[in-house]
Amino acid sequence: MNAKLSRRQFLKFTGGVATATGATLGGVGMAEAATGEVGRATLPYKPKVVAKAAQLRENSPVSFTFPDEASPCTLVKMGRLVPGGVGPDRDIVAFSTLCTHMGCPVSYDTGTRTFRCGCHYSVFDAELAGQMVCGQATENLPQVTLRYNEQSGAVTAVAVDGLIYGRQSNVL
Amino acid sequence: MSRKDRVALPPVTAKRSNMTCHFCIVGCGYHVYKWPENDEGGRAPNQNALGLDFRKQLPPLATTMTPAMTNVVADAGGKRFNIMVVPDKACVVNQGLSSTRGGKMASYMYAPEGLGKERLAYPRLYTGDQWVDTTWDKALAIYCGVTKRILDKEGPNGLAFNCFDHGGAGGGFENTWGTGKLMFSALKTPLVRIHNRPAYNSECHATRDMGIGELNNSYEDAEVADCIVSIGANQYETQTNYFLAHWLPNLQGGTVEKKRKWFAGETAEPARIVFVDPRRTPTVTICETVAKDRVLHLEIEPGTDIALFNGLLTHVVEQGWIDRAFIAQYTTGYDAALAANRMSLEETSRITGVPVAQLRQAAEWAYKPKASGHMKRTMHGYEKGIIWGNDNYLIQSALVDLVLATHNVGRRGTGVVRMGGHQEGYTRPPDLSNKIYVDKEIIQGRGRTLTMWACNSFQTTLNAEQYREVVLRRANIVKEAMAKARGATIDQIVDTIADAVLNKGGLFVTLVDLYPTMVMDAAHLALPAAHPGEINLTSMNGERRLRLSEKFMDPPGVAKADSLIAAEIANTLKAMYAKEGKADMAKRFEGFDWRTEEDAFNDGFRRAGQPGAGQIDSQGGDTGNLATYELLRKAGNNGVQMPIKEVKGGKLIGTEMLYTDNKFDTKDGKAKFLPSTWPGLPKPVADQKAKYKFYINNGRVNEVWQTGYHNKYDPHVKERYPMTIIELNLDDARAMGVEPGDIVEVYNDYGSSYAMAYPDASVKRGHTFMQFGGYNGIVGDTVTDWTDRNVIPYYKGTWADIRRMGGGEHYRKIASFKSRRYQT
Repeated sequence: MNAKLSRRQFLKFTGGVATATGATLGGVGMAEAATGEVGRATLPYKPKVVAKAAQLRENSPVSFTFPDEASPCTLVKMGRLVPGGVGPDRDIVAFSTLCTHMGCPVSYDTGTRTFRCGCHYSVFDAELAGQMVCGQATENLPQVTLRYNEQSGAVTAVAVDGLIYGRQSNVL
Repeated sequence: MSRKDRVALPPVTAKRSNMTCHFCIVGCGYHVYKWPENDEGGRAPNQNALGLDFRKQLPPLATTMTPAMTNVVADAGGKRFNIMVVPDKACVVNQGLSSTRGGKMASYMYAPEGLGKERLAYPRLYTGDQWVDTTWDKALAIYCGVTKRILDKEGPNGLAFNCFDHGGAGGGFENTWGTGKLMFSALKTPLVRIHNRPAYNSECHATRDMGIGELNNSYEDAEVADCIVSIGANQYETQTNYFLAHWLPNLQGGTVEKKRKWFAGETAEPARIVFVDPRRTPTVTICETVAKDRVLHLEIEPGTDIALFNGLLTHVVEQGWIDRAFIAQYTTGYDAALAANRMSLEETSRITGVPVAQLRQAAEWAYKPKASGHMKRTMHGYEKGIIWGNDNYLIQSALVDLVLATHNVGRRGTGVVRMGGHQEGYTRPPDLSNKIYVDKEIIQGRGRTLTMWACNSFQTTLNAEQYREVVLRRANIVKEAMAKARGATIDQIVDTIADAVLNKGGLFVTLVDLYPTMVMDAAHLALPAAHPGEINLTSMNGERRLRLSEKFMDPPGVAKADSLIAAEIANTLKAMYAKEGKADMAKRFEGFDWRTEEDAFNDGFRRAGQPGAGQIDSQGGDTGNLATYELLRKAGNNGVQMPIKEVKGGKLIGTEMLYTDNKFDTKDGKAKFLPSTWPGLPKPVADQKAKYKFYINNGRVNEVWQTGYHNKYDPHVKERYPMTIIELNLDDARAMGVEPGDIVEVYNDYGSSYAMAYPDASVKRGHTFMQFGGYNGIVGDTVTDWTDRNVIPYYKGTWADIRRMGGGEHYRKIASFKSRRYQT
C-alpha cells in the first residue's frame, strides 16, 4: 500500500490513454494524476520531523515549513490537552501560518494563544483546531496533522487538514 | 478529499457569469465559474480560467479561493457541474475582497448532499399531522381557494402578509414588484408588514421628510472624507468590504494623494473616525489598532443619541462652524429646529455620559474648519443604533439637522447615509397599509390568512414571544380542523380552512421561502422559492449601484422566483374569477403574464415613470427604463449607480452623489430642518430599565449577517456559534457564576429567551450584547412593544435580568470563547 507510484510508472500504466487525452486536455490530466496515487484517498505528503517534544517550551512557538519550503507553519506546545494535540500531554499542535482568507502571514499571539492576521483582522484559535474566532476567512486555519514517536520523542508532520492558501492542492 | 486539501480548478473553457453577493447591502462583485464535473483546469496559468500559476505557492493577496468557494451542482436534467464563486478584482465595490459570508455562496447553492440540502424543493402541505409534498397546482388551488373565500366574504382586509422589501436573496426589483403588485394592486390588502418590523414603513422617514434620501453618496466618498462619524454601526462585521476597501485606506493615509487631487488647496490628512456606540465593537478596536490617535469612541448611554446631536449642533452653532450661506439659500426651518434642539455641552454630557472634553474633541474633528480654512468634509454613517433606537424619527431628525447646519451633504467626501442591512431593490405600487401595527392586529385576533414571504417574524420581531404564541395558537385551530378532514378533496380542504379562519378564530399560515424555517411550526402550506444564481435578479447596493446577478443553475425541484410565484397566485385567482363570470374581479388579477424574471423587471422597474404606467414607487426612479437586462449584463459587477442619467455608447451612465446641486427632495427643493427635542426614554422602556439589571444591547455578528437562513446548516458557523451568543461583562459573569458557554436565561416583563454566555473584557458592567435574529435564542422575546410614530421598533431599548442555566459542556468543546475583537 505504501509503494509510491512514480510518474514513470504512471505513464507506463496509462500508456496510450494518457497520450490520447493529452491532446485535448493539454497534459492536464497527467499533471494532476501524478500528484496522487491510485488506491489512496489522501495526498502523498512526505512526513517530516519538525520538533523534539522534550525541547519544546509551553507557549513558545516554533516555525517550520511543511509540506514544502513554500508553506510556513508554526508549532506550539499548549501545556494542556487540545484538539489535534500530540506528545506526552497531547498538547502539541501546528498550523499553516498563511491566512486562509487571502494568504497574509498570521502571527502567533502568546497572550491569547491565537493566530492573527494583520491584513483583514481574522483571528484563529490555536487551542481549538484553528477555529476562526472572528474574521473574513471561510475556512479555519489549516491544522498540521502531527505524529508523536514515544521512543524518540520526535514530532512529525504527516498531513494538513484544510487547503493551504494559494494552492490548488496542498502538495505542489 | 475529507481533509479538504485540494480543489478542482476551472478550465479555461469554464463558463463565467456575474454575481453580486446575495447577502449584505455592500453587494460585492463575484464571478461564477461553471464547468462539467469531470473536467478540471490545469495548474499552469494558461490552463485555468483564473489565469493563476498553481504550480507554485501563490503570494499573499494574489487570490481568494477556498474550498468553500466550490461546489458540485446539478441541472434539472441531472447533469453535474463544478462551480467556483470567487470575488471579482475589477469590481470597484470590493476590489477582489471577499467576506466570510459572500465567500460561501458556492457552498450554499443547492446540491442534494450539500449545505443547502434542506431546501424546500417542492410545495408542501401540512395535512394535520404531517407535511407532505404536493404540486404547484394543488398548492395554488388551496392558497387561492382560501384567499378567494375571504375576499368574497369580507374583502381583502384580513389577508395579512409579512413580506420582504429589500434586494439580494429573498428580494430584488423583480420580486418586490411581483409581490407588491399582487398585494397592493390585485389583492388590495392593507394588512402588510415588512421583513423585520411590525408595519409597512420606511426605516428612514425623517431624513426623507427633510428632503434627503438615505443613500446619498458613494463608497468612494468614505475614501476622501476628512472625518467619518459612525453612529450605531459596526462596519467590520456588517459592511465588511466597504470598510476594508474604502474606510481603512483613508484611516491609514493611503488616500491623501487622492484628496489632494480631488480638493486642490484643501488641507489633506488621513481620516479621523468618531464612533458613537454604547459598545466597543470589533470595528472600534480594529480602527484603534490601525491609528489610535485618530479614533474617538463616544460611549454614550443607550438611547441618548438625540441629546448628543442636539448638544453638538448647539456647540457648532456657538463656534460658528456652520455654513450660513447654505442654510440661508437651500434650507428651511433652521431657527425653529435650533430653538427646539438647544442643549448645552454640560447638559449633553450629563444625559449621554460622554465627558465634555470628548464632545468638544468630536466637534473639532468633524466640524471645525481645516487649517486651509475650508469646511471639513465629514461623512455620517448610521445604522441600527439609530434605526432601532430611541426614537427613530427624532434621532434621524437631530442627526440630519447637524449635518445640514454643517453642510455635510451633496459635497464629495460627505454624505449622511444609512449603512444598510440587506441590499436594496424596491419597486412597488403605492402601499395601502397606512402603517397599521400588523403584529398587534394578529395578536388581537384579526387577520384570516398570514403569508410569511421570505421573512421570519418568529425570530425577527419585537414582543416576539407573545406574537409567536398567538400565531401558533390560531394556526393550530386550522391544523386541528384539517386533521379531521380525512379523505378530503381540495375543495373540501379549502372549505375546512375557510371555516376555521372565518368562524373559529383560526389563522391560515403560508410560508414562501428557501428553507423550512421556524415558521413551519405554524404553517399549513410552504411554497419553495429560489435565490440568485437559480434566477436572474437585480438589486442595488448602499451607493445605489444596480447590478444583475445572472442565473447559472436550476433551482431545486420545482422552486421558482418569488415574482413568478406571485404571478402564479394572481393568474390562478384570475382564472377562478373568470370561471365564475366575475369579470371585474378577474380584471384585478390581470397583468401577470410573465414567463421570466425579466418580464417582471420590465413590467415594474422599467415602467416606473413611463406614460400610462400609473404610480410606481421605484428606487430606479423615472429613468429605470433605461436599464435593460442586456445593458446590465454588459455593465457586469460594476453596474450603474442610480439614478441613471443616460445610455451613452451602449453604456449606462449613472450618478455618484446626490444633491450636488443643492436641490433636495422636498416640494420647494429646499432641505428641511426638523425640531427634535430630547424626549427621554419612552415609558415602557424606562419601566423595564428601572426594574431590570442588564442592558440587553443586541445586533449582528460577522459570520451570521444576512446569512442566518443558511448558517443553521453550515458547520463552519454552527460550530462557532452553536447557540445565540450573549456577551457579558467579566465581573457580571463571575458574580452570577457564569462560565463561558453556559446557557443563560434572559427575561423581563415581555418574555424570556436563552443564549450562550460569551464573557468579554470589553463589555461594560451592566451591559450585554445579544445576537439578534438567532434561531435558538430570540432576543425579540424580551423587546417591548413600544414603537415610534411610524411604528418602528426600539429593539435596542431592552433591559432584562439574566439567570444561569448551565449546561454548556458541549459548547465549550466546540466553540472558542476568546475575544472576537482584534486588538493589540
